[in-house]
Amino acid sequence: MTQPFRTMAGGRVNRDRPVRFGFDGRSYEGYAGDTLASALLANDVHLVGRSFKYHRPRGILSAGPEEPNALVTIDRGPGRVTPNLRATGIELYDGLMARSQNRFPSLRFDLGAMAGLASPLISAGFYYKSFMWPASFWRRVYEPLIRRAAGLGKAPETADPDRYLHRYAHCDVLIVGGGPAGLAAALGASATGARVILCDEQAELGGSLLDEPGVTIDGWPAPDWVREAIATLGGSVTLLPRTTAFGWYPGNMIGLLERVTDHLPEPAGTLPRERLWQVRAERVVLATGAIERPLVFPGNDRPGVMLAGSARTYLHRYGVKVGGRIAIATDNDSAYRAATDLHAAGIDIAGIVDSRTSAGGEAVEAARSLGISIRTGLTIAGTEGRMRVHSAKLSNGTDIIPCDTILMSGGWTPTVHLFSQSRGQLVFDGESGTYLPSEGAVGACAGVFDLAACLRDGTEAGGSEPRIFAVAGMPAMAPSRTPDGTRPHRSAFVDFQNDVTTKDLAIAAAEGFVSIEHVKRYTTAGMATDQGKTSNLNALATVAALTGQGMESVGLTTFRPPYTPVTFGAFAGAARGALFAPVRLPPIAVAGAVLEDVGTWKRARCYPVANETTEAATLRECLAVRNEAGMLDASTLGKIEVAGPDAAAFLSLIYTGDFTTLAIGRCRYAVLAGEDGFIRDDGIVARLAADRFHVTTTTGGAAFVLHHMEDYLQTEFPGLRVWLTSITEQWAVIAVQGPRSADTLARFIPDIDLGSMPHMSVREGHIGDIKLRLFRVSFTGEAGFELNVPPDQAQRIWDTLNQHDVTPYGTDAMHVLRAEKGYIIVGQDTDGTVTPDDAGLAWTIAGGDFVGRRSLSLPEMTRADRKQLVGLLPTDPAMVLDEGAQIVGEGRGESLGHVTSSYFSATLGRGFALGLIAGGRARIGATLSVPMPRGDITVTVGDPVLVDKPSQRLKARPIQPVAAEPLLPPQAWLAPTCRPAASVRLTVLAPTTRLAIRAGGPAATGIGLASGVLLPTVPNRSVFARDRAALWLGPDEWLIVAPDDAADLQAEALKAAVGHPVSVVDVSHATRTFELAGSAAAWCLNAFCALDLDQAAFPVGMCTRTLLAKAPVVLWRVAGDLFHLDVARSYVPYVWDCLEQFRLELTDVVVNET
Amino acid sequence: MLRIPCPWCGPRPENEFRYGGQAGLIRPANPAAVSDAGWGGYLYLRANPRGRHVERWRHLHGCGRFFTCVRDTVTDRIASTHKPGEAVP
Ligand SMILES: [Zn+2]
Repeated sequence: MTQPFRTMAGGRVNRDRPVRFGFDGRSYEGYAGDTLASALLANDVHLVGRSFKYHRPRGILSAGPEEPNALVTIDRGPGRVTPNLRATGIELYDGLMARSQNRFPSLRFDLGAMAGLASPLISAGFYYKSFMWPASFWRRVYEPLIRRAAGLGKAPETADPDRYLHRYAHCDVLIVGGGPAGLAAALGASATGARVILCDEQAELGGSLLDEPGVTIDGWPAPDWVREAIATLGGSVTLLPRTTAFGWYPGNMIGLLERVTDHLPEPAGTLPRERLWQVRAERVVLATGAIERPLVFPGNDRPGVMLAGSARTYLHRYGVKVGGRIAIATDNDSAYRAATDLHAAGIDIAGIVDSRTSAGGEAVEAARSLGISIRTGLTIAGTEGRMRVHSAKLSNGTDIIPCDTILMSGGWTPTVHLFSQSRGQLVFDGESGTYLPSEGAVGACAGVFDLAACLRDGTEAGGSEPRIFAVAGMPAMAPSRTPDGTRPHRSAFVDFQNDVTTKDLAIAAAEGFVSIEHVKRYTTAGMATDQGKTSNLNALATVAALTGQGMESVGLTTFRPPYTPVTFGAFAGAARGALFAPVRLPPIAVAGAVLEDVGTWKRARCYPVANETTEAATLRECLAVRNEAGMLDASTLGKIEVAGPDAAAFLSLIYTGDFTTLAIGRCRYAVLAGEDGFIRDDGIVARLAADRFHVTTTTGGAAFVLHHMEDYLQTEFPGLRVWLTSITEQWAVIAVQGPRSADTLARFIPDIDLGSMPHMSVREGHIGDIKLRLFRVSFTGEAGFELNVPPDQAQRIWDTLNQHDVTPYGTDAMHVLRAEKGYIIVGQDTDGTVTPDDAGLAWTIAGGDFVGRRSLSLPEMTRADRKQLVGLLPTDPAMVLDEGAQIVGEGRGESLGHVTSSYFSATLGRGFALGLIAGGRARIGATLSVPMPRGDITVTVGDPVLVDKPSQRLKARPIQPVAAEPLLPPQAWLAPTCRPAASVRLTVLAPTTRLAIRAGGPAATGIGLASGVLLPTVPNRSVFARDRAALWLGPDEWLIVAPDDAADLQAEALKAAVGHPVSVVDVSHATRTFELAGSAAAWCLNAFCALDLDQAAFPVGMCTRTLLAKAPVVLWRVAGDLFHLDVARSYVPYVWDCLEQFRLELTDVVVNET
Repeated sequence: MLRIPCPWCGPRPENEFRYGGQAGLIRPANPAAVSDAGWGGYLYLRANPRGRHVERWRHLHGCGRFFTCVRDTVTDRIASTHKPGEAVP
């Protein structure tokens, strides 16, 4: 007979939809609406698992998230194996395959159960006592043994094919729990017009009301009242069933885990499997209910022993009888309702044992009137039955009740986990013997168990006047009382999941543990994945009795997130694979280039031709630069425009050099130190005008340098009239280096006389028809130039030069070339403990005060034995040292330093290295040793400059001017094609004019007049005028947005028109604009953007910098359903891929490829 | 994630901000006149209070401004934030 323990009628399962499922290889039938637990019980399957430590047979204890025993593995195919799921929370679907865990070879016959026989050996503290020594045994012997014997399910071994998404949300009231108090709170809150989110971990909202078909609220049977309440709330309240509030984080940020597809027969498809919500709530109402406590008696863990309230849930919600002949043990009234209801369902109630000396009241009398045997002043003293309980022995020592199921109730513990996580004050309630939240909770979570009171309090907690509901059919019950911690018995289980017994707690007490936090760690009580939901209070009461303290002085352990386990996939969200981190691509793409990660960028290491190895390509590229001409994509270098009357003075404070003496049109190498005197970054400072500098930084240091400069400008030197604008992505950079570089470039540059440009100079002009900022600088030791051009044009110039035999070289060759010339790379040849002098850069230090100067005169910073940068030549010229290798003197001894850079030089025909060596400069000429596993390598210490020490190549003047030649034609901008609008449409717009303005008050007004659009003074607001707009980005910072043909908006002309110091920088090329339009636009953004995008919080015209996933953007609400996002060029693919995620959720999305 | 009220932009999520350490440290006007020990203190000695802490934050992915924030290091509650130059209670 299928489903022998299904009732004839009733429950909320769909009896018209039978569902087949498998458990441990056997096929069973259940109904749609079942959980795995309820379906197993309907088939009389109680034995579902083996316990963690002793491998004891275990059954289903509960019907909810507190379940400690019934942990199973769900197998949905490769990569979709999920271990340790609670059978009480798994919704049944057709074809569900579940496995029991922690048993070998089978659930009924488990060899590990031998551990149970040895249980005296593995009681509390056994880890600490048994495995003290020898230490090596721990890793090789003990740990593998324990891991095999004790454990949970196995993690899957293949990658998870499902998708997971995040979602940010904001609300006035977040209600956790959809039972009576939660639903009433939602009714109360929505009546005030508040933004409300209600979440509940169950598939169906209603909580305990779903167990109460016999109770009426305002005349409605309770489950029907739930339906009506949901209908009332629908539309105004965001209702999230199957959603667990798992963590309360600072600032009322609540983590919700929504299970989107786990209940469906087919795995996710295009929908995410789970969605992790980060909800910022003005107010949180905890309506999390209460969890029933087990009673602590010997044999309380046998299959068939379960919680009384859960038996009612199985009966009323699922139409399942948990047994045929049931004994009930209780210390409170609530279990009598289980007796009455199960009796009414035709189940034989073998008797009720009540530990109280007398029992009375409505619920008790109802059971008594049915003729059910009630015996007070007794408890259960033991049980029998191996795979299923078959009898209970009473504490009078004589009576035995034959039964197939024992229901127990030790009272109810308010579910205060989230409140505890919020660092709220839990107050001990002596009456109930439980801890209660001091605020913010309602219903059973607040210790209120009367239904009418829960409903009334709920509406009030929601923010409305308390509303009285007419409740009928619910018997009055005495509140549950303080748990009895005095255990006359021998060992009885307190924590089922971690197999902790009263005996373990007694050992801990006997060994002097007093603090509950210490007892918890010593015995592992409450430390399993169930976080002791059923065990904490019983453990607390036991410890209190053992140590002679009151429960309130023992205290409760701290709860930490997550409330129930959360998958790694949910935490990762979309940030995996290609979206794990932004991948920033430079504007020049070359097929066949070998790429490497540099900071967040992908850069080309080398450009192999034919079947060249990377090593061969690098040697060829190096020789091309030394002998002919080569070009490097240096676009990733950070670039900052520093403008204002005090710019030179400011740069002289930030860098070690003096830039007040730098002539217009000249460049100077610059070292940036921290206030501690150590090198942080380096670059080139170029003076474009008396009040305007173009400063470069390292690729990885760009963001730091800008932040560091702003820090000093805003906080230490606020009197300086200087403004900073990042132009990293406004300019692509092609470094053209080598003796032939000037010759070749001169053919394409009509308006700059290259021959007149000395080393370290800068000019502005054109290459072909393209705006050019040309630097004569070198990071190779060869005469060379760096072409700064708009990024859209960079590829065209690159390809043209390539046709004129300029050899592309990558970062590998660049590293070799610069090291041959002794140029450092910050972060490779320095490590945060290297001063300018250590690196041989004392010559950069000039006159007055600068950040770091004072530190350089501290005694430690001037010691002669500081590590200094030197060159290292291996005695064997074929030898290439390992970077990071330690360097010692002859006869070994302690390390003198290490190798920082090491390469094979095609130019020198040998291996060479740079290293930091104690007192290095004084050791020049000495022979040192690099000990390696394959033997010591001898090296000679030398000058770090190995190529062209007098810098003659660097300073070589270019030769003959040559006839002009055309560049390759430009590539047309492909206008986006738009398909018909739907709920959301994503487009990348064609580039338009964008000017970054930084100015003080009077200058801002002047800019407004000159540009034709007033700069807004209200933070985060925009102003429209004709075809242009001005966006407030900071108190002295704006962005002017205008059409591409706005010829009147020229940076220098605007500045000249203002007459006050101001910075105007053209940043048109630095970003691309995404347009997101449609009714779901804000919804799409909130998958990656943490801002509140409700119209009230983010009205039309609002604009701000923010983050979209990990990309910095400017977000601007142009109209109600229309957003513009300005995205830095290099982040465009990443932001595109992020926003595209919603395509998989919204079927009517239109995405316009550009 | 903390919610930090930027004095210009209002409450914003923590991921837009960057922590700037203890507030109120002022770079000596003439560092050369400071003793070695005094300079070492300026560089490295910081308060580490349990409770009220006056610290700097920058609204990096926002208005870009540094500001002063009074935060309780135990509860993470932010009592107030201030523009530079404003008196901190
Ligand atoms: Zn701000």
